[in-house]
Amino acid sequence: MIFDIISIILCLAGAFFFLGGTVGLLRFPDNYSRLHALTKADNLGLGFIVLGLMFTSSALPEIIKMGLIWLLALVGSSSACYFIGHYIYRLPSQEEE
Amino acid sequence: MQIFYLALACFLLLNILAGLWRVMQGPTPADRMVSAQLFGTTGVAILLVLAQALEAPYIRNAALLFALLMIMAVLSFVRKSTPKQGQTGDGP
Repeated sequence: MIFDIISIILCLAGAFFFLGGTVGLLRFPDNYSRLHALTKADNLGLGFIVLGLMFTSSALPEIIKMGLIWLLALVGSSSACYFIGHYIYRLPSQEEE
Repeated sequence: MQIFYLALACFLLLNILAGLWRVMQGPTPADRMVSAQLFGTTGVAILLVLAQALEAPYIRNAALLFALLMIMAVLSFVRKSTPKQGQTGDGP
């Protein structure tokens, strides 16, 4: 029962961070700030949700698997952030020339 | 508990629907790719929550695949559009 409450609190925190990421994506004026809002806030929200799901999970392999999925999403998302940022960075410098 | 998880999945799905507006509106292709990244991360979260709510562990494999395909999509986008920049950019 106490684990359910902890899980609900952590999942709500994760949903809040996802909401922040989406609002940032919709409202920020710049390419870079959109990228910044999305990659950081969403991965934190995913981490909170995975942590919340871990509390109600019963088997140890499931918990480890969810943690590994979060790590893969973290690595993939941050490197994707770097690639897109590099792409945007080189785009306007070419237009100015 | 199951009801809460399903409601959470619906909320995350609404986030994806809101992100679609940026896909339509986005001024540059990079913006569209950024929102595709939103779909990847949120999709992983939705699938993990659904796997817990429906007690269907195999859905986690789909979440694993989402996390992998997100970086593949971004990589192919960057690889496809970079050589045009590279020719006129800092060439050797």
